[in-house]
Amino acid sequence: MNAKRLTLFAGHYGSGKTNIALNYARALHETGHTVTIADLDIVNPYFRTKDSEEALRKEGIELICSEYANSNLDVPAMPKEIYGLIEGRDRMGVLDIGGDDRGALALGRYVPEILKENDYDMRFVVSFTRPLTRTAQEAVEVMGEILEACKLPFTGIVNNTNLGPDTTAEDVLRSVKKAKELSELTGLPVRMTCAEKSLCPQLKGIENLFPLSIQRLYYMMNSEVPNG
Amino acid sequence: MQEKVLMKGNEAIAEAAILAGCRHYFGYPITPQTEVAAYMAKKMPKIGGTFLQAESEIAAINMVYGVASTGKLSMTSSSSPGISLKCEGISYLAGADLPALIVNVQRGGPGLGGIQPSQSDYFLATRGPGHGDFHVLVLAPASVQEMADLTGLAFKLARKYRMPAMLLADGTMGQMMEPVCLPDPAEAEEKAPDWAAVGTGCARVHNIINSLELSPAVLEQKNIERYERYAIAEKEEPRWEEFMMEDAEICVVSYGITARVSRNAIVEARKKGIKVGMIRPITLWPFPKAPLLKAADQVKSFLCVELNMGQMTEDVELAIRCKKPVGLCSRVGGMIPTPAEVLAKIEKANEEGG
Repeated sequence: MNAKRLTLFAGHYGSGKTNIALNYARALHETGHTVTIADLDIVNPYFRTKDSEEALRKEGIELICSEYANSNLDVPAMPKEIYGLIEGRDRMGVLDIGGDDRGALALGRYVPEILKENDYDMRFVVSFTRPLTRTAQEAVEVMGEILEACKLPFTGIVNNTNLGPDTTAEDVLRSVKKAKELSELTGLPVRMTCAEKSLCPQLKGIENLFPLSIQRLYYMMNSEVPNG
Repeated sequence: MQEKVLMKGNEAIAEAAILAGCRHYFGYPITPQTEVAAYMAKKMPKIGGTFLQAESEIAAINMVYGVASTGKLSMTSSSSPGISLKCEGISYLAGADLPALIVNVQRGGPGLGGIQPSQSDYFLATRGPGHGDFHVLVLAPASVQEMADLTGLAFKLARKYRMPAMLLADGTMGQMMEPVCLPDPAEAEEKAPDWAAVGTGCARVHNIINSLELSPAVLEQKNIERYERYAIAEKEEPRWEEFMMEDAEICVVSYGITARVSRNAIVEARKKGIKVGMIRPITLWPFPKAPLLKAADQVKSFLCVELNMGQMTEDVELAIRCKKPVGLCSRVGGMIPTPAEVLAKIEKANEEGG
């Protein structure tokens, strides 16, 4: 993996940033890098990187997240350790940015330092099955809002079009055209097309295919019983 | 039906409300329902609707009252502490016989409590949230699809019975993402309802929207007539889902997120040969008393699974006329029981018998 020191995932909320950041950090870790994953989300109250804290610790991946994540306190606080990751320049960092412009606002304070080092990859995560980013044009609008909020220019696109557990290979294939359209509109390359691991054998032709392992919480499961 | 999309529960509520014809949303942000307001803020201006962030929850519910008075669909959304604030306005809506939708994406309480999921507003919702003799329709979704479907239904029933309706979800339902097929947009209403305050055109007497009544005898009569309408709703509108009840000896009763956890547990219990099923109330008011009473002659016991200290157990005991024991499996404060915890309670109920 030809990765920059810092990889940031931003996008519309619910586009899959947290899952992708987790999978990407693991992929970097597997290639021998020392990786820290940082949760900069100040928007989402539930379903955060913190849910994977124990697993990450066991794997040897450091997690930086707000001490209030998953607590009952609704405080949009940023952990001080993020400065260490950004200014320390001694390890790879994967940054999970909060959704939309509101989420990206918190990134702004680190941007001057990130630009100074200039070893970053700012990726726009998009799922074309999300109601407010159904088209490339709508995605461009969200990108513009995020850029306005954090002032860190995007360098690439991550297509994560999915319907959760109902995703089919066709859904992913259909989205490739829209991702290309977004690429043409913005002049940015599609750096990853994500799909759950089990779908990947059916998607071999896709360039930069990135297989995802997705851990679902038990109450997220449909638990339909076959044949009653 | 539209093409399948991936949505957060909160977004599904907002979009379904718009599709049902609601063009007036008034709210005030609170976790874990803020996405309803955020979605409305983005979408309403684009479709000629009104999104207004009020100065408080109390202001928002009174704005809902204003729009409802004209016969138009209007709504507000909040989470538990914010709903407490809205209760005065809900009582006024009920007193003026106005249809409106109030969304409650519950979090832990009492007081400021916490931001994690809860179902501890069951009493508040089902006993009439506010002062006076009244009810609101209460619908409890258990999937993102139902968040959308029941939002549409809530508006329909609110109109039909001239009652406020509450969509009673919990933080998990609001925050979780699932694929959903949204309904097609409802056809626009051409004419305001007969009772709406939309100007007489000098052609009829004024419609007065008010909850104040100067004559005690008239006020009594209004209360009686309102309860006649409630009686019809109690007969016509209870909704529920049965799961593996055909031969069940234990009946789990659960709604919303805990019904999903219970399904997992029931499937596991069945593998162990325990005959257990579930009645999942979809409407909490009117409560599905009939299927529960019927089940009382079949099962050894009932087990309520909910995120509160056992509020629904009272309704189950009333519905089954205390014919069988009613147990409780619950977590509170923002905690959610695991399927294993529910399974353990099912196994215990199975050992204890009736």
